[in-house]
Amino acid sequence: MRPFAFDTATDSGAAIAIHGGDDRRAYIAGGTTLIDLVKLDVMRPAALIDVSRLPLAEVERLDDGRLRIGAAVTNSELAHHPLVREHYPLLAQAILAGASTQIRNMATTAGNVMQRTRCPYYRDAAAACNRREPGSGCDALHGINRMHAVLGVSEQCIATHPSDMCVALAALGATLTLEGPEGRREIAFNDFHRLPAEHPEIEHELAPGELITHVTLDTPLVGGGAAYLKLRDRASYEFALASAGAVVALEGEVISDVRLALGGVATKPWRAVEAERALDGQPAVASSFEVAADAALQDAVPREHNAFKIPLARQAIVRALRDATARAGTTTTTRGNQG
Amino acid sequence: MMDHSDAPPQDADALTVTLTVNGETHRLTLAPNVVLLDALRDRLGLTGTKKGCDHGQCGACTVHVDGRAINSCLRLAAMCEGRAITTVEGLARDGALHPVQQAFLDQDAYQCGFCTSGQMMSAAALLDDGRIGDSDAEIREAMSGNLCRCGAYKNILAAIRQAESEARGRGGDA
Ligand SMILES: Cc1cc2nc3c(=O)[nH]c(=O)nc-3n(C[C@H](O)[C@H](O)[C@H](O)COP(=O)(O)OP(=O)(O)OC[C@H]3O[C@@H](n4cnc5c(N)ncnc54)[C@H](O)[C@@H]3O)c2cc1C
Ligand code: SF4
Ligand code: FES
Ligand code: FES
Repeated sequence: MRPFAFDTATDSGAAIAIHGGDDRRAYIAGGTTLIDLVKLDVMRPAALIDVSRLPLAEVERLDDGRLRIGAAVTNSELAHHPLVREHYPLLAQAILAGASTQIRNMATTAGNVMQRTRCPYYRDAAAACNRREPGSGCDALHGINRMHAVLGVSEQCIATHPSDMCVALAALGATLTLEGPEGRREIAFNDFHRLPAEHPEIEHELAPGELITHVTLDTPLVGGGAAYLKLRDRASYEFALASAGAVVALEGEVISDVRLALGGVATKPWRAVEAERALDGQPAVASSFEVAADAALQDAVPREHNAFKIPLARQAIVRALRDATARAGTTTTTRGNQG
Repeated sequence: MMDHSDAPPQDADALTVTLTVNGETHRLTLAPNVVLLDALRDRLGLTGTKKGCDHGQCGACTVHVDGRAINSCLRLAAMCEGRAITTVEGLARDGALHPVQQAFLDQDAYQCGFCTSGQMMSAAALLDDGRIGDSDAEIREAMSGNLCRCGAYKNILAAIRQAESEARGRGGDA
C-alpha cells in the first residue's frame, strides 16, 4: 500500500482545519471504501484524517419531527436504531440488505453516501476510466458491462451507484449538513450526487475539505407502508443488479402519497419521479404499478450485457410497490404529530 | 507493478500506537498505512486471524473491536488506539474453550480450517448481539460476511445452534 500520513480529529473544526481544502488529503471513517481503494491504488491520498471519533454518533428526533443522523453513526447502529425501525423501516431494510455484518459495523452514514462505484474498470488502475482518470476513456462501454447502469448514463461513464442505504435516502427525502472552511450549509440529498454527463470524475457537490456532519430525514409519510426489494446474484453479501425502495400511503384503495427510488440500475441514487407522478391518485393495483414501472424505465439505455436489467428493475418496482401497499396503514386519520 | 508488501518500511511518519489485544496492551511503532490485520499477524505474532482477500470480501480476518465483528483488513491499526480488540486467540477463557469453539469441534464445522477463526469470531459476536433474530435465515444472513470455500456452512449453522442453546442452558443471557 502507498504510504500516507495520518491524523485523528476529535471535533469537526479540527478535522476541517487539518484538511485545509487540500484535495490530496481525505477524511476516513469506516475505511471500507477508502482502504479498499487505496490498496488497489485507485485512491492515492497523501494524508488521512480519522473522523470516526468525532462527536457525530447520535440519532435524534428534531422538534419538527425529522430525524437527524450523525455522520459517524455506523450502518449497523442506524439500521437497528428504534426510531429508524419504527418510523423509517425502508432505511433499516435497505441498510440490512447491503454488505455484511462486519462491513455494516464499520461503515458510517457519511461514508456510505460517499462510497465509490464498484465498476471493475474503475477498480483496476490499468484500465481506461474517465471517472478515475479524466479523459482516459471508458472500458466499460464496450466491455463487461453486465453490472452497469441503464439510467442517468452518458457516453463518458455508465457506472452504477452501488449503495442500498442511499436508495432509501432518495425515496425518503433527506438533507445533508456540510461544514467546511467557508462555514456550514445544507443541501438536499437528491441534489448531492451528480450525473456523470461530461465529467464523471465530479461525483458530488462536496467542496474540497467539506465534511458531512449530519443527514436529516424528512418527516415520515403518515401511515406509509415500506418495502425494499434487492435482486442480486446471491442472496446476501452482494451488490444489487436492481433494487427498488417504495413507501406507499393509501386513502381507501387509492394511492395518496408515494415515494419510489431505484438502485443497481442508475449512476446515482435514483428517485423515480415519473413513476411517482404516474401513481399519484391511482388505485393501488398491479396495473398501476406496471404503468409506473414503465414510466420509471422509459429513458433506460441498455448496453451489450445489461439489457436484462430493464425487465428485472420493472419487476423489482412492481413487487416493491405491491409489498409496500400491503404494509400501508388502512386508517386515513390524523396527520401531524405522527410517531 | 503494484506494491503488495504488507508492512512497508518505517518512515518518518511512523506512529506510536497502543493496541489492547485480548486484554494485553502493546505499544507499537507503525507506519500509518498498516492495517490491523497485518499488525496482529506480523507484529504481534497472532496468526490465528487469517488474510484471505484483503478487501473486505471474505471475512477470514474477522476480529472484535469493542465487541463488534469487523474486517481487520480494512481497519487501520492507528484507528484502534484505545479500543478493545479480541482475536481468536482471546476467545478461550481460563483454559476452557469458548462455547463457539467447542461447538465447532463437536459439529465438525470446518474442513481446511482457513475460514474457521473468522467464522468463530462472527459467531461469537452474533451470540452476544441481541438485535439479531434466531431463525436459521437470520443467522445465515448475519454470518454471510464469512465465506467458506469448503462449503462447511451447514455444520457452521449447527455449531452456532449448539453454542446458542448451551449459552441459554447456562442461563447466559448474552
Ligand atoms: C465487500 C464489500 C461489500 C459491500 N457491499 C455493499 C452492498 O451490498 N451495499 C452497499 O450499499 N454497500 C456495500 N458496500 C459498501 C459499503 O457500504 C461502503 O464501503 C461504506 O458504506 C463506506 O463507509 P465508510 O464509513 O467505511 O467510508 P470510508 O471508506 O471511511 O470513506 C468513504 C469516502 O467517504 C469520505 N468520507 C467519510 N466520512 C466523511 C464525512 N464525514 N464527510 C465527508 N466525507 C467523508 C471519505 O473521504 C471517502 O472518500 C460493500 C463494501 C465492501 C467492501
Ligand atoms: S463506467 Fe465509469 S467508472 Fe466504469 S470504466 Fe467507465 S468511466 Fe470508469
Ligand atoms: S481478508 Fe479481510 S475480508 Fe478477506
Ligand atoms: S473450512 Fe475451508 S474455507 Fe471454510
